[in-house]
Amino acid sequence: MTWFLVHFAEIVFYSLAAVALAGAVGVIAFRSPVHAALSLLGTFLAVAGVFVLMQAEFLAAVQVLVYAGGVMVLFLFVIMLVKARDIPDEPQYVRRLVPAAVGLGALLAALVGVGIWAASGGLPADGAALRMVAGAPLGNTEAVGWSLYRDYLLPFEVVSIVLLVAMIGAIVMGRKESGRGGAA
Amino acid sequence: MRADLIALLPELMLATLAMAVLLAGLASGKARHGLLGAGAVLALAATGVTLWLAAGATDPGAHFFSGMFVLDHFAIFFKALFLLTAALVVLLSHDYLKRNDYRPGEYLALVMFATVGMMTMASGVNLAVIYVGLELMALSTYILAGYFRREVKSHEAAAKYFVLGAMSSGILLYGLSLIYGATGTLDLATLARVLASAKPGPSALVGVALLACGFLFKVAAVPFHVWTPDVYEGAPTPITAFMSVGPKAAAFAMFLRVFIGGLAPLAASWIWLVGVAAALTMIWGNVAALTQDNVKRMLAYSSIAHAGYALVGLVAGGPAGVNSVLFYMLVYTVTNIGAFGFVILLESRGYAGETVADYAGLARRHPAAAFGMLLFMLSLGGIPPTAGFMGKLYLFAAAVNAGYVWLVVVAVLMSAVSLYYYLRIVLQMYLREGDGAEPATLVAAPWTERVIWACGVAVLVIGLLPAPFLAAARAMAGAVGLL
Amino acid sequence: MANPWVAFLLVPLIKIVVILLAVILIAAYMSFFERKILAYMQIRIGPNRVGPRGWLQPIADALKLLVKEDIVPARAEKFVYFLGPVLVVAPALLVFSVIPFGPAFKLFGYEVTPYLTDVNIGILFILGVSSVGVYGVILGGWASNNKFSMMGGLRSAAQLVSYEVPMGLSVVTVLLMANSLSLVKIVEAQKQAGVWYFIPGIVAFFIYFVCGVAETNRNPFDLPEAESELVAGFHTEYSGMKFAFYFLAEYANMVVVSSIATVLFLGGWLPPFPNWLAAVWALPALAWIPPIAWFVLKMAAFLFVYIWFRGTFPRYRFDQLMDLGWKVFIPVSLVNLMAVGLGVLLIGGK
Repeated sequence: MTWFLVHFAEIVFYSLAAVALAGAVGVIAFRSPVHAALSLLGTFLAVAGVFVLMQAEFLAAVQVLVYAGGVMVLFLFVIMLVKARDIPDEPQYVRRLVPAAVGLGALLAALVGVGIWAASGGLPADGAALRMVAGAPLGNTEAVGWSLYRDYLLPFEVVSIVLLVAMIGAIVMGRKESGRGGAA
Repeated sequence: MRADLIALLPELMLATLAMAVLLAGLASGKARHGLLGAGAVLALAATGVTLWLAAGATDPGAHFFSGMFVLDHFAIFFKALFLLTAALVVLLSHDYLKRNDYRPGEYLALVMFATVGMMTMASGVNLAVIYVGLELMALSTYILAGYFRREVKSHEAAAKYFVLGAMSSGILLYGLSLIYGATGTLDLATLARVLASAKPGPSALVGVALLACGFLFKVAAVPFHVWTPDVYEGAPTPITAFMSVGPKAAAFAMFLRVFIGGLAPLAASWIWLVGVAAALTMIWGNVAALTQDNVKRMLAYSSIAHAGYALVGLVAGGPAGVNSVLFYMLVYTVTNIGAFGFVILLESRGYAGETVADYAGLARRHPAAAFGMLLFMLSLGGIPPTAGFMGKLYLFAAAVNAGYVWLVVVAVLMSAVSLYYYLRIVLQMYLREGDGAEPATLVAAPWTERVIWACGVAVLVIGLLPAPFLAAARAMAGAVGLL
Repeated sequence: MANPWVAFLLVPLIKIVVILLAVILIAAYMSFFERKILAYMQIRIGPNRVGPRGWLQPIADALKLLVKEDIVPARAEKFVYFLGPVLVVAPALLVFSVIPFGPAFKLFGYEVTPYLTDVNIGILFILGVSSVGVYGVILGGWASNNKFSMMGGLRSAAQLVSYEVPMGLSVVTVLLMANSLSLVKIVEAQKQAGVWYFIPGIVAFFIYFVCGVAETNRNPFDLPEAESELVAGFHTEYSGMKFAFYFLAEYANMVVVSSIATVLFLGGWLPPFPNWLAAVWALPALAWIPPIAWFVLKMAAFLFVYIWFRGTFPRYRFDQLMDLGWKVFIPVSLVNLMAVGLGVLLIGGK
């Protein structure tokens, strides 16, 4: 009984991790794009759970709000509009992707390796002071806020212009081009 | 905060004015080409003045926005260059937009937003800032490449540019994340300190390699150049002119800042990489250009080759190397914009003016324009008394002084090769008669002509009196804080 | 509470059961009141056969739905078809875990909080969880293999995504004023400020509630289930328990929107003008009113407005709906956000 309480966090973590991994496998394993999208949703939610476990509640909420509530809904929207029920098998195409997949996998492994190494104490601390502002420890949300609006103000604002440009681009590309007819 | 804002004022101003142009375009529809174009040029000029004022009020050694942003001489030089490029491109596009009846508002705003991105890249001393600046520039340019939606080729170009550009950004980010993982910092100065103090691990080296790949992609160097000819050929010519100078110069600004600034302690690891890439780029760019019949493709390969020359300056490093790259970027910008301007003039009928044969006999019909093209071709080939000669001279001198003689040998040989295809156009214009039933003629495009005139004059002036420009570049590079 | 099982399992379990029961009952009786109120608005009598004055009608409805045949259309995606109602009802109920119905009080010497938990990102939690609910609607519509259902599902997705933006922006104004994301702290901040936030945030309040109506697919924004165009929209094919789930979710979501509006803008469990009239509320005649009663009263008022809307407004056309969301609410809420931000900056947050 006490074992359960002591190891509660680990139990939750491994369950969430299993769900996240199973979802990720499902994304590529399912034939139906809708099922694939749903398993990706499962992964997103499980990752949000992991964030909560690491006391990054703000990230968890944003993960659900942005990825589950926004991005995936649009994915589903598109999938349903184009009525793609099943993805056909294309073995040749897949085979050609194998080297790229191996290369990217190795890169990813390197990245994860660095992450684990850094998390186990190898990383020179630079963001450690983040959670302490004016000597007082901050909540997660406040820490993110301080970091975004004070330390990373400039990139944050530039990103807002990037988003504006993306919006303009979507409209320019999607708009019906009047005037002379053509290939548009 | 006040000082921060003053340092950022040029970017703030340009972004605000870009939004204003966007809204004005929305309000005025398609009709007001002249008004909007003038507005955009005035906005760029006003930003230039602001830049001058901000530079005067700012300590070039100071850091802003939590140490992420500087307004040193290096940044000022590049920002002025970007503003000049943007203004020239706006003027160059004016006739094209009007003739083909495209909406000017979004177009001009996107050029201005891209310029904001480039300016941010030049000023960023933090990898996060540099990256978001890069993305702002890249995203705007992707859209611009596909902006002329009635051109079928332009769709393909935009799609290719977008997919490959996004992939190169991905590679870049992979590199950044590995470097951040290895050193725990995104700040270039801190990065240099950390890298100098401890032996870098394999992850940092892999990160640097990926970063180099990403940057080489952005400057279109071999072996990451494959996208360039297709994109340059397919994109509407004013945009090609823009892509071949603005984003390329910005990528070089970023390259210099990151590699000579932040990654200097690892120079032993990356310098051979960049050196080999420079050699390959010069060789492949020039050799491939030899076989091109399409002028835009030829200019695309030529711009690949020029990226190779500029990389020589990067390899040379030191104040002389940096300063020569800066100067070269200025020279390359005015020359290339002029050359593409000439292509635009010829594009009266669909894709006419794109094959070399279209240039036959132009000297007789349009002597002034042909003389301008002659100047640009000589400058690209590096023949005195044009600016191109001076640019190459200082680049190669810097490289020789730094001990990279083999690289300079390659560069000089390849410059000689390049004369073949540059002079081929000159030959067509001056010595051949047009044999087609419908000889290519120039369209009436007053603003394009004026831009060509200005560029031509600049090419001559820089070629004959390089001293003040060199001094400017030297003053800029000297206090870069890079070394 | 020495035994951790009591603190970590028993107490929360009891709370969960109580809250769930209450929500389900409220939702069930909402349908009854809706029919009654609409009937009175239209000068009819409404349901009055089951039980005294019809009071047992919701129970009878629930029983009917429970025992009805569960039909799965031919060529429907069975699993997704089943998942739809689950995904729509689970988030609707989950949201209640963070809604504070009243302040902490003493019961048999224990301190009891009349809410399941107070997380410090409460409002984000609510926005996030309720944004998952849209899956139930679009998946149900898609899996039914019926074009009307599909249209309803797509409409709903477009509508929810569009109205989430102004809704979120209007919530942000409250965060600016309260300086916290926790719902309990937001109520307490209104107590300190001495004024309910709907007075400084009148625009945000209005936008929030209208968007809330749109988010719950209720009249006049009930296009996903517009019976004259789409039969019944995304739940056309559903029957029996699964239909009951959609029904429950819709009404539970109305309760959610009303509760959040109460917490954010009407001071939650606080009496009106908690500071100015503090002396009045301290009078023995009034002091016995429990805070939860205030909460329920305000929530009920919102629920009544829901029904009132349904009795009054004709339905929007879909393009009008999109225009309203993107061209009116988003700009207005952005400007309002700036205005409130300026106000907070100048006046100092109160």
